[in-house]
Amino acid sequence: MDSSSVFANIVRAPEDAILGVTVAYNKDSSPDKLNLGVGAYRTEEGKPLVLKVVRRAEQMLVNDNSRVKEYLPIVGLADFNKLSAKLIFGADSPAIQENRVTTVQCLSGTGSLRVGAEFLARHYHQLTIYIPNPTWGNHTKIFGLAGLSVKAYRYYDPATRGLDFQGLLEDLGAAPSGSIVLLHACAHNPTGVDPTIEQWEQIRQLMRSKGLLPFFDSAYQGFASGNLDADAGSVRMFVADGGECLAAQSYAKNMGLYGERVGALSIVCKTADVASRVESQLKLVIRPMYSNPPIHGASIVATILKDRDMYNEWTVELKAMADRIISMRQQLFDSLSARGTPGDWSHIIKQIGMFTFTGLNTKQVAFMTKEYHIYMTSDGRISMAGLSSRTVPHLTEAIHAAVTRAG
Amino acid sequence: MASTMLSLASTTPSASLSTQEILKGKARLGSGRVGTLLNKEKGNPFIKAKSFGRISMTAAVNVSRFEGVAMAPPDPILGVSEAFRADTDVKKLNLGVGAYRTEELQPYVLDVVKKAENLMLERGENKEYLAIEGLAAFNKATAELLFGADNPVIKQQRVATVQGLSGTGSLRLAAAFIERYFPGAQVLISSPTWGNHKNIFNDARVPWSEYRYYDPKTVGLDFEGMISDIKAAPDGSFVLLHGCAHNPTGIDPTPEQWEKICDVIQEKNHIPFFDVAYQGFASGSLDADASSVRLFAARGMELFIAQSYSKNLGLYAERIGAINVVCSSADAAARVKSQLKRIARPMYSNPPVHGARIVANVVGDPALFNEWKAEMEMMAGRIKNVRQKLFDSLSAKDKSGKDWSFILKQIGMFSFTGLNKTQSENMTNKWHVYLTKDGRISLAGLSLAKCEYLADAIIDSYHNVS
Repeated sequence: MDSSSVFANIVRAPEDAILGVTVAYNKDSSPDKLNLGVGAYRTEEGKPLVLKVVRRAEQMLVNDNSRVKEYLPIVGLADFNKLSAKLIFGADSPAIQENRVTTVQCLSGTGSLRVGAEFLARHYHQLTIYIPNPTWGNHTKIFGLAGLSVKAYRYYDPATRGLDFQGLLEDLGAAPSGSIVLLHACAHNPTGVDPTIEQWEQIRQLMRSKGLLPFFDSAYQGFASGNLDADAGSVRMFVADGGECLAAQSYAKNMGLYGERVGALSIVCKTADVASRVESQLKLVIRPMYSNPPIHGASIVATILKDRDMYNEWTVELKAMADRIISMRQQLFDSLSARGTPGDWSHIIKQIGMFTFTGLNTKQVAFMTKEYHIYMTSDGRISMAGLSSRTVPHLTEAIHAAVTRAG
Repeated sequence: MASTMLSLASTTPSASLSTQEILKGKARLGSGRVGTLLNKEKGNPFIKAKSFGRISMTAAVNVSRFEGVAMAPPDPILGVSEAFRADTDVKKLNLGVGAYRTEELQPYVLDVVKKAENLMLERGENKEYLAIEGLAAFNKATAELLFGADNPVIKQQRVATVQGLSGTGSLRLAAAFIERYFPGAQVLISSPTWGNHKNIFNDARVPWSEYRYYDPKTVGLDFEGMISDIKAAPDGSFVLLHGCAHNPTGIDPTPEQWEKICDVIQEKNHIPFFDVAYQGFASGSLDADASSVRLFAARGMELFIAQSYSKNLGLYAERIGAINVVCSSADAAARVKSQLKRIARPMYSNPPVHGARIVANVVGDPALFNEWKAEMEMMAGRIKNVRQKLFDSLSAKDKSGKDWSFILKQIGMFSFTGLNKTQSENMTNKWHVYLTKDGRISLAGLSLAKCEYLADAIIDSYHNVS
């Protein structure tokens, strides 16, 4: 009887919106079911992928009898931190050479964002963060719980299924000086719509002129275009002007290390002295949260990044994943065109990264789930990584039916 | 306009010129050598920005936004190891952080862990995201380990178990849950307790107060003080209890005392909150070390238990643990679990898979499980031997008649020596023995070979320093 329970008033929380899609998919018994929900890469055969170079690194680690499982420092594995900073900022980045960057290992992208946000909530003077509309569902909760107030800036234009650049500039232009601004470094989630280089430059100038603090979420470096440097271009552009910024990195997708929870938070500061003090305060955020980060994933990353051959192997496997996704985009677009599905579907090939914002509405999405067993988030976002040549026809039929018969 | 952006041809760093000054033409213009001047100037932020041949007119923000951030002090526990590493004296001894060492004072990876990792690699398991609540096989195994597979709380599905980031992470999930669903409720923590407990509750914004625990006069438990303080707290408070091997004192209540502690907690409708970081590591027996938790569960109480596999499986850096909430019904447990997930998702989304798989493999395989029990007995046995040797050395060397038997009565990795801050500093400064300032030594870091040296250091610090 719950009358005696201290938990009597606690209600059941709904399933997480994004992860809940997979839960629903797993319950479906249809042989035609297709999971285009969570953003985890799948092979052409629809299977999860562990990169060969990751397996090799793991084998090396397990075979190395000198390895121990002692606590990492609060800031994590030193090699991993240095290599991660070089990966995102460039090996020759003056900010790194001048010791102006503090990098701490965190639990993938989420953990890096949370630690960065907690730090800002305690030490920064402007506690408002502007996030693009739309953005990854977990962003609002991460920043809110960290103690920041969350506002949105215009980003996606449903009319063009592209970037509402004017709206973006207006909203950031109206933000109070010093506000924090969340930027997706590349492959915007959920829309797949990225600014062009010229647009990034304008964003940078506007932000610097207003003293807005950039907080990059880099979850797809190398995964978007297939090129690690190109995908870090936006971040490096900001660092190059000598200003400060935060960057959260994740290795979940680009190294396929999802469940290992590997990521890093970097804070680029004006001086080495500031970076050192900032780092000491980051430790105070981390210690009461989980004491120190997990070693396994970070060791895999460090092993790969520091070895020339393994690094090159990684870039090849990474490009193959990115290329497969780009090819799926083309196939889906071609298939819809051939089917004569009403509407302009060119956004499918213009958008970049794992996700496509189809432009389908909630009714159409629900229709596709019910009638065609296609699982995706209700905002119409599909994970291209979950698609294969074999399943493109089924998806095409579903979209066609949804567009012509539903919503 | 390039003509307005000319910098000095002289040596004055142009970074010190404001935009206004440059525009007003304070710069001395070189004649017809604008391009070269621009390329040579390194300090000017305007020129540094390479953007399609244009110079961007960004405001030069020369002062960091984080200028006011102070340097934080080093962590009192983890900072000890850092100081130890910096010490070059050959006699140095690290009795700071609680990580098990062999007799040769080397870190130890359990054989069963190596076997499990090899098995995992052979199987070629994928690295997909775990569910927010963690690996199902791990959650099942960890709850069964804690309560016993036949325990009614397990059979009735009344335990909400969520994989957490070792002990710290599990405590933090619980603290955040308490803050959200028991607003205003405070947590009573022992005086002293593990240093990070206060930080966890502070950051989670859960108020805390202390109950008396350590009695310096007896170097034992201040039982009357403990009971009295628990009674005095507002009804419905949370009481943080160390399941076994109290950290930092090594002093545990007796079974009879546990019964009385349980009585008073029930009277006050307090909610017990166990920190179980040493199950199996304290006595060598998994079941014996869980008896306090099982006593409370058997009383039909609702309680919280944070678990860690850092010490008992040597998985320190893998960050594997769990938060368990025993509820009065399966429905309550389901609801509580769903809300714990809502706290984990914006913190780190889902927990790391590697350590969880190791635990699930070791506990799930009877041969590996037995091997683990044997290795755990070995580790606990070594610590008991070291306690004995230290006690013998102290008794033999110390002529004052001081009773050192508390070393034998205390249990687990740590011993509260009774040394104060100044005496502890003497241990470090004079004897190169590293310990935390509260006088806590980690016996896991002590070898039989070093017991005599340590005894000398303790005797000197105790008698000659105040």
